[in-house]
Parts: sequence; C-alpha cells; structure tokens
Amino acid sequence: MTLAAPVPAMAASLSGLIAGRRRIGLYVLGGLALACLLLAVVAIGQGAIGIPPGRVTEILWARLTGDGALLEGRDALVVLNIRLPRVLLGLLVGAGLAVSGALMQGLFRNPLADPGLVGVSAGAGLAAAATIVLGDRFLAGTLMKLPFAMLPFGAFCGGLISTLVLYLIATRDGRTSVATMLLAGVALGALSGALTGLLAFISDDRQLRDLTFWSLGSLGGASWSKLSIVAPIILPLLLTMPLLARGLNGLMLGEAEAYHLGIPVQRIKALAILLVALAVGASVAAAGLIGFVGIVVPHLIRLSVGPDHRLLLPLSALGGAILLVAADIVARLIVAPAELPIGIVTAAIGAPFFLWLLLRRAGGALDV
Amino acid sequence: MSEAVPVLSGRNLGFHAGGRALVAEASLDLRPGSTTILIGPNGAGKSTLLKLLTGELAGSGGVRIGDETLGAIPAWRLACLRAVMAQHSRLAFPFSVYEVARLGVDGVGRALTRQRREAIVAEALAAAGVLDLAGRRYQTLSGGEQQRVQFARVLCQLEAGRSVAERQILFLDEPIASLDLCHQLALLDMARTIAARGVAVLVVLHDLNLAVTYADHLVVMDRGRIIAQGPPAETLDDALLRQVFRVGLSLSRAPAPGLPFLLPQQHRSRHAG
Repeated sequence: MTLAAPVPAMAASLSGLIAGRRRIGLYVLGGLALACLLLAVVAIGQGAIGIPPGRVTEILWARLTGDGALLEGRDALVVLNIRLPRVLLGLLVGAGLAVSGALMQGLFRNPLADPGLVGVSAGAGLAAAATIVLGDRFLAGTLMKLPFAMLPFGAFCGGLISTLVLYLIATRDGRTSVATMLLAGVALGALSGALTGLLAFISDDRQLRDLTFWSLGSLGGASWSKLSIVAPIILPLLLTMPLLARGLNGLMLGEAEAYHLGIPVQRIKALAILLVALAVGASVAAAGLIGFVGIVVPHLIRLSVGPDHRLLLPLSALGGAILLVAADIVARLIVAPAELPIGIVTAAIGAPFFLWLLLRRAGGALDV
Repeated sequence: MSEAVPVLSGRNLGFHAGGRALVAEASLDLRPGSTTILIGPNGAGKSTLLKLLTGELAGSGGVRIGDETLGAIPAWRLACLRAVMAQHSRLAFPFSVYEVARLGVDGVGRALTRQRREAIVAEALAAAGVLDLAGRRYQTLSGGEQQRVQFARVLCQLEAGRSVAERQILFLDEPIASLDLCHQLALLDMARTIAARGVAVLVVLHDLNLAVTYADHLVVMDRGRIIAQGPPAETLDDALLRQVFRVGLSLSRAPAPGLPFLLPQQHRSRHAG
C-alpha cells in the first residue's frame, strides 16, 4: 500500500534528476581518475633529467611485466628509484590529507574543520620539532645514529597523542561533544604552536634550518622504505572510508537524528577520529606540514557533485592526490635545480583560491 | 481500538537535569492504530518524555517495545521499529531535498533494491507534498517546507522499516509548528492515515483544538508529570485548562462529531469588555 501516488510527470522528472546526478558523479569520478593517472606519468617525467611520458610508460610497463631489458640504464634508475616513490608518496599523502579533511568536516558538521584547525597537525609538528631539537641532546650516541629515522615516528606519535587528548577532553559519559572538541582543538593547536616556537628559540642554526624546511613540507625525502611505512597506514583509511559514508551522511542531520536513523553514532565518530589521526600522523611524518589540501579539495568536490559522502570521500581522495602531485611538479620546476618546499606551493595556490571561492559565493559561502 | 496490546509501554519514567526533574513518574502506553497526542504548556516535559520513549535520553524507569527493553534493541533494528521527527532539524551541508528524504531509507532500507528505495522516496515526497521541490537545496527552502521534507524523510524510514518490523511507532515532536493551516491539516491527516495502517503514532502538539480533533488518546503534561490521559472528550475540561494552561476559557462542543473546542475569542472579549 502506498501513502500517495506521485504525480507521474513529477515522478518521472525526479528519476531523471536522480539519473542526472548519478551520471555527473560518475563523469567526475572517471575524469579525476584519468587525470590522476596522466598527471602521475607526467610528474614522473619531470625533473633535472627530463623523461618523455612515453618512455616513462614503457619503463613502468616493463617493471610490471618483468621485461628486464628496459630496466637498465639511467632513465629506468631515475624513474624507479627516485621519481616513482616520490609520486606515489605524493598521491598517498594528498589523498590522505584530503580525505582526512572531508572526514573531519563531516564529523564536526562544519565546512571549516580540518586536521590543521583542530590541532592534530600541530601536535604532530610539535613532536617532530622536539625530535629535531631535543633528539640530539638526549639520545645522542644511544638509540639513534640517524636523528631523521626518529622523525616520522615522533610526528606520528604526536598526531595520535593530540587526537587522543582532544577526544578525552571532549568525551563525557561515552558521548563526544563535537563543539567542545573543536574549541579544545583550537586551544591545543595554539599550545603546540607555542611549544614549537619555544623549541625553535632554543635550537641551533642547523636544527632551525631542518625545522623550517620540515615545517613547510616536502616530498623530497621519498623512498621505497618511507613508502612502506606510510602506505600501510593511509591505504586502510582509503579502503575503510566507504564504510563511513552512510553514517556521515546521517550525521549531517545531527547526532540525535543520526541515532534515530539507526546509525551507530559513537562507533562512526571513534572510527573517523582514529583514521584521521593515523592518516595525518603518517602524512606529517612522511612529508612535513602541508596545509590547505584538507580544506580546499573537499570544498571543491562539494561544489561540483554535492555533499553526499559516498561520492565526496573517493573524489576527495583523487582530488587531493592530483593537487599534491601537481604542487610537487611546480615546487620542483619553479626554482630548478633547487626545490621549493611544497607547503609553500599548496598554501600559495590554496589560500587565494579559497578566498576567491568565498567571494564568488558571497552570502552563502559557509553553506558549502 | 484502545484495547489492543501496546506496542510500546513506558513505566514510571523520570529524567533529572541540573537538579530538576524534567519528567517524573510518567507512565504511558502506545497502541497500534492509535494516535496519541501529548499536550502541555511550555516546559512541561513533553519533548523530554518523547526523547525518553525514543531512547535518545536514558533516564529512570523502563521503556519496553514489544517484549524487549528499549536499551537492549540494537540501533539498526530500533530504527526499523520507530521513526522520529525532531522539533528542529538543521542541516550542515547543502543536501538536496531528495537526498535529505533518502537518508530515511539509506540505513533502514539497505536490504531493499535500489528501484524500491527510489520508489519509497518518491512516494514519501509526494505524500508530504514536496515532490516538486525534490531538486532544490534544503537550505533554500522556507521553514515550513523544510519541516515537510523532514516529514517525508520520516515517512521513508517508516516505509523502509516495514519490511523488517511489523509493529511500528511514529514519533512527531511539534511537526506542524512552522506549517500553514492547509499543511497542518494535511500532515495530521497523513499521521492518522499511517495510524490506520497499524502504526502507533505519538504527536506533541500545542494547538488544543487540533489535538482534540486528531487524538484517539490525549495525554496532558504539566511540570514533568502526566496530569491526565484518556479519550479527548473525557480528558479535557475547564478545570484542567485553568490548572494546566492557566487560561480561564470554557470548552464548547462542536455540533457534528461532538468534539470539544476552544474559542480564544472568549478571552479577548473579556479583556476588551
């Protein structure tokens, strides 16, 4: 039994609308996936030694099929040992940061939420700064022969600890208050920033240079061993996100409504927070502090296909990967043979672009 | 109809916040096919009682749905058993009207085919009179239109849950607060249509005339307690109106169905004269 028969014409236009939306979503998904692939090939070819895309594809194909003849020589060495890990790291970190941003915005029901805003990145940054500045003094000659081996681990722990502290502050009686978490995050971020500043103050010249370079972000240190640490952390986030999409959609109505819809609200929140902490910790550890990816990319995707998380999350992953690899190309080319820190590029592209978006949508800017 | 076995029964419910009892010693049954309307002055505890019955708040006393305790029912099955339309619903991101209504079937109706889910959403949008708004952004709608979209979402959830749960409950917390008269009546008619299919319906209302018109069972609350409950014609009288609502009006009887009604004109003429 139906409650009311929909007027046929209106029902038909509704199904047309649904099909249209789905088609746009699929086009954007296909387009971005293709763009991501092409950009990766171009990015691998760019650098001090230019390698045409055709040659890059040949070498990659040879590596996949195990055709030994092509795998020797300078080009193959550059592609497989230097450029490929760098581009893969860029793809992973970009996807991880953008999805973390989208998850946080969904969780906080606030389009401005971002791991950078709630202090997760700052916590990771503080721990990394502490490793750089204090590592030499306390651990010299004991555990670490290479201080930089400790840096990713330190950053990772810092991100996780700041997220846990945030979660504990904001959770009472098993319920997490999103508003408290946002405010506490701003305070924790400021505290981490102050302590990082203090560390910079007491550091020597070499440490200060390390600190500065690292806090601006770079994909320069990419290697297969670094990838083997980052990939097992970010890939699960990317694979788990479809499980969160429906719950985050329900959360858009508010936590009580989401509960009424049968969504396990506490479980969704805990899982999202854990995944964000892991992904941001791993990204900061591998590539330093890279801002604006988590806020600009999901925002753009929402403008093009709407806020449904089932599309928003995978598209943000692709968009973030594209943005970071593109920014890395710019960072490598603009002052060649030197390299610009990638954080400068993402902020220099991201911030004006974001302001332009806000101006263009004057009035309703925060609704998107 | 009121002899039917209750689908939900709340016993001795209480809830304290800030040292104050918002609800105390409230007992209430919801029966299939029956529309229960909860009335009372501002701050009487109507919404809190509704939240205790839906499981959103946990207080003292016990709520049972069928043979089970409310707290023991997993969130997903609970969502199949009952749908809730809250007093205020704000949306964080610019979902379309269609997407908002679809949230009702996304979780509960996950076992259904996509065609069936889309049909449910189209029917619910039509039933709530918002099918022509389907492509609009929720935020661009008026308050009343938003309320009707939320009603459509709740209808979706109920319809999708029907394939899992036979005995369902519908909770509506001031569902007509922002609606014009035509849509107030349409929504309450729809609530009764749903009740006629065997769903137990609980509505929080402020308009006493609409409450007595649409209720099978009227529940009157004041200061956290249930003061009176029963068939509307027997529950509401002049003394109760004075005591609970603090208005010195007398009830009249409508000629045809014999239902009581109130004329605020009495109040005005007394002050004018």
